[in-house]
Amino acid sequence: MSDNRSDPGLRRGDSAQHLLLQVQDLDVAFRVERKGEPFRAVKGISFDIGRNRTVALVGESGSGKSVSAMAILGLLPDNAIVSPQSRILYEGRDLLKASMGELQAIRGKDISVIFQEPMTSLNPVFTVGEQIAEVLRLHMGLGVRAAHARAIELLNEVGIPSPQLRVNSYPHEMSGGQQQRVMIAMAIACEPKLLIADEPTTALDVTIQKQILDLVAGLQSRHNMSVLFITHDLGVVGEIADDVVVMQNGEIQEQGTVRDIFERPQHAYTKALLACRPRLDRRPKRLPVIDDFMRGQGPVHIEERRRGTSPADAIILEVKDLTKTFFLKEGLFGKRAVPAVQQVSFRLPKGKTIGLVGESGSGKTTVGLTVMRLHEATGGQVLFEGKDLLALTEREMMAYRRRIQIIFQNPYASLNPRFTVGQILVEPMKIHGIGANEKERVEHAFHLLKRVGLPEASFYKYPHEFSGGQRQRIAIARCLTMKPDVLICDESVSALDVSVQAQVLNLLQDLQDEYKLSYIFISHDLAVVKYISDRVMVMNQGRIVEMADSDEIYRQPREEYTRKLLSSIPKGLEKAADLTE
Amino acid sequence: MSAVLKNPPAARPQESPGLWMLAWRRLRQDRVGMVSLVIVVFFLLMMVASYTGLIAKDWSKERGVSYANPSFLAGAENLEAKAMAQKEAAKAPTVDLSDIDPLAPRYKEWAERAAKIAVTETKRSETLPFGGDKWGRDVLQKTIKGSEVSIFVGLTGALLAMFIGTVFGALAGYVGGRVNDFFEWFYNIFTSIPYILLILSFAAVATATGKFGKGIVPIVAILSLTGWTGIYRLMRAEYIKHVNREYVQAAKAIGASNLSRMFRHILPNVSHVALVQLSQNTVQFIKAEVILSFLGFGVPVDMVSWGTMLAEAQNELVIGKWWQLAAAGAAMAILVTAFSILTDSLRDALDPKLK
Repeated sequence: MSDNRSDPGLRRGDSAQHLLLQVQDLDVAFRVERKGEPFRAVKGISFDIGRNRTVALVGESGSGKSVSAMAILGLLPDNAIVSPQSRILYEGRDLLKASMGELQAIRGKDISVIFQEPMTSLNPVFTVGEQIAEVLRLHMGLGVRAAHARAIELLNEVGIPSPQLRVNSYPHEMSGGQQQRVMIAMAIACEPKLLIADEPTTALDVTIQKQILDLVAGLQSRHNMSVLFITHDLGVVGEIADDVVVMQNGEIQEQGTVRDIFERPQHAYTKALLACRPRLDRRPKRLPVIDDFMRGQGPVHIEERRRGTSPADAIILEVKDLTKTFFLKEGLFGKRAVPAVQQVSFRLPKGKTIGLVGESGSGKTTVGLTVMRLHEATGGQVLFEGKDLLALTEREMMAYRRRIQIIFQNPYASLNPRFTVGQILVEPMKIHGIGANEKERVEHAFHLLKRVGLPEASFYKYPHEFSGGQRQRIAIARCLTMKPDVLICDESVSALDVSVQAQVLNLLQDLQDEYKLSYIFISHDLAVVKYISDRVMVMNQGRIVEMADSDEIYRQPREEYTRKLLSSIPKGLEKAADLTE
Repeated sequence: MSAVLKNPPAARPQESPGLWMLAWRRLRQDRVGMVSLVIVVFFLLMMVASYTGLIAKDWSKERGVSYANPSFLAGAENLEAKAMAQKEAAKAPTVDLSDIDPLAPRYKEWAERAAKIAVTETKRSETLPFGGDKWGRDVLQKTIKGSEVSIFVGLTGALLAMFIGTVFGALAGYVGGRVNDFFEWFYNIFTSIPYILLILSFAAVATATGKFGKGIVPIVAILSLTGWTGIYRLMRAEYIKHVNREYVQAAKAIGASNLSRMFRHILPNVSHVALVQLSQNTVQFIKAEVILSFLGFGVPVDMVSWGTMLAEAQNELVIGKWWQLAAAGAAMAILVTAFSILTDSLRDALDPKLK
């Protein structure tokens, strides 16, 4: 990365010549209802972006970080109200007062942006070459031929292999990582002075994320750009940023250079954010949560938890040669076999957690769904206490459904929006005849709500009234109503904010300690898997490539693929920790 | 884990607003939608009042002269009424046959008996509030009475069509495979026949066999049996979309049966599609009833509907009597427009944007 990171001359507060963009008292509110009070998303924040600097805007969902970035671009929705004293100075001009024409001239040329989802940001009916060339023709006034040639150059620069050929590809012919590279190529096409990257790696696998981060850092130093990098992941920030702005609830809690923030965090919220993410080198009994810090207590339960399995453990679930093949229609009568899971075998000891990691498309979710018979398996056995679940009829399976449960990734999609939480919790008990009567079931539901840390009033509410973390608690409570033995967590914390993630992980750990639950923990997040698992399986292209106790696999990975995965994890946090100690 | 709470929560907090409540709140924000709702409710109340006999009970009484003028056009010339009156007056006086008639002695007795049952000839009024038809019936009352048949046919027909379409669509979309193929095949055959032709062939069968009885029941049956295709297509698509959603998978994981997943879990989440289609069908069926009645397959002659009124109106228009057409047309236009706007507002209000 650039070596001006610690250059004291470029620190904040220096002469305005070094500053590319100044955000002053930015205050944005949204009209939600016709009569109601507008909702204040950004509450008078100020920060600067220096020339040739990478500024990271860090915060959890709802912190106002994306709204701030959209305000810079003038891309706020119609119902946004920007207060009159707000100013966004770009090279002396106030962007908030600029005319539509001026803004359009700046957008894409001086300030460009890359978004989170490359697939939806690219137009599917044009080739990537045409889309890059369009930007060049609009802003640089290049001719058709020159634009085409420049597009190839740009694709080459962002690391697309054989750009002469790929320039004629359509977006769907490229992988997610390549699409994001194309987006970056479009963004840097006009040599912008400021690149705004809005969570550009969140939708990507960890190995791809590493490549994209390296690419952005390389481009930043080569083209002397400034970068405003918006992210929720402090690990990423440590890898890429020079300056950090930490936002919470529309306010800036702390800002400073990356060293200051990571080594000497002042604000409790920053400290909490740094501490509550699971780390590869530590495994406290419970993860610290934001509340601990906000109450000023600092981390509690820092003693290490021991993990690992032993051959003497009782086995509750054994999977033998599980295979799942999907068939895609091809042509009029043809069928193509797509092997999603191939000969997967593992044993789940009672009261332990098996982690299943892999990149998207590796088949890890299919394993979970097939074990539960939500997908029909193509071959193999799933032995639950010695009984092969895959050979049971639907009726016989009912008795076992209760005992293996699943928590899905997206807490927004896995709860029926038309049911109250009470209905959601009572329904499974009714189906499985748990509890003698309605009254007992309702009481049990109240008990479970309390157990997962939700107020009793939640019983009467609908899922849309809860935040993501709370909904995931409801999903956990729903599983608990059936007193399962095995719980499959399919990316259950991946969609949650860092602080909420810690709370849910703690809850899952408490429940395992209390009820001796066995978990199959599926995730693409290696740090989380390391934290929660006793044993880890690494999956790639439908096969298990490596399986070992979790400390061992992270210390001495045997397979090449595992080593590649582990080296891609953003190490910002560990670096910071090393510096502090 | 199975520990039962010692003291169950005594105070039950208020249930928070469900999605229906929220939809109602959103609808209330929409002024145009609320106005249409008021109009639709007014029509429904009118229909109920007329059915129970509160209003327009004696719509079939001939109270005015033939083609009586509307009261706001009282002075206009009414040639038809004059012609009728002249015909009445021109009748020759009865010839006295009492001296040769053998039954003459009983004249007095008959006259007495006739006096007992004789209807007093009511004085026919020259004008009626919104004019009269050929027989001097009040057009306004006819319109009110006609709404009974028209709205009833529209609503029940649409409800039945929604029921058929939803069940078929749910089965095809949820089960998929061969069931889906079968319903798709069935649907394709149905939609390949021109709509009017389809309605007429159903009507011919229904009236010829008399299987559906008489009156408005066969019309409702015809309309719902031919009108389910739109709802079917939409519901099938919605079910295909929803069947792999995580909340349905979650329901399967807790062991909910297929029926429960289909109708308890998915249906409430796609009901907005069916509801909007319901109101669109209602409008369409009200219009279809008009067509059917106009073609003679509709309601029997002793009943009145907006359709029969429009059918009568075509002859009247030639002689310049426009009020029957205006009354039925306006009533229909207002209701249909209000219903369509309400439909639009309903879709906005009901769509569960909250995922």
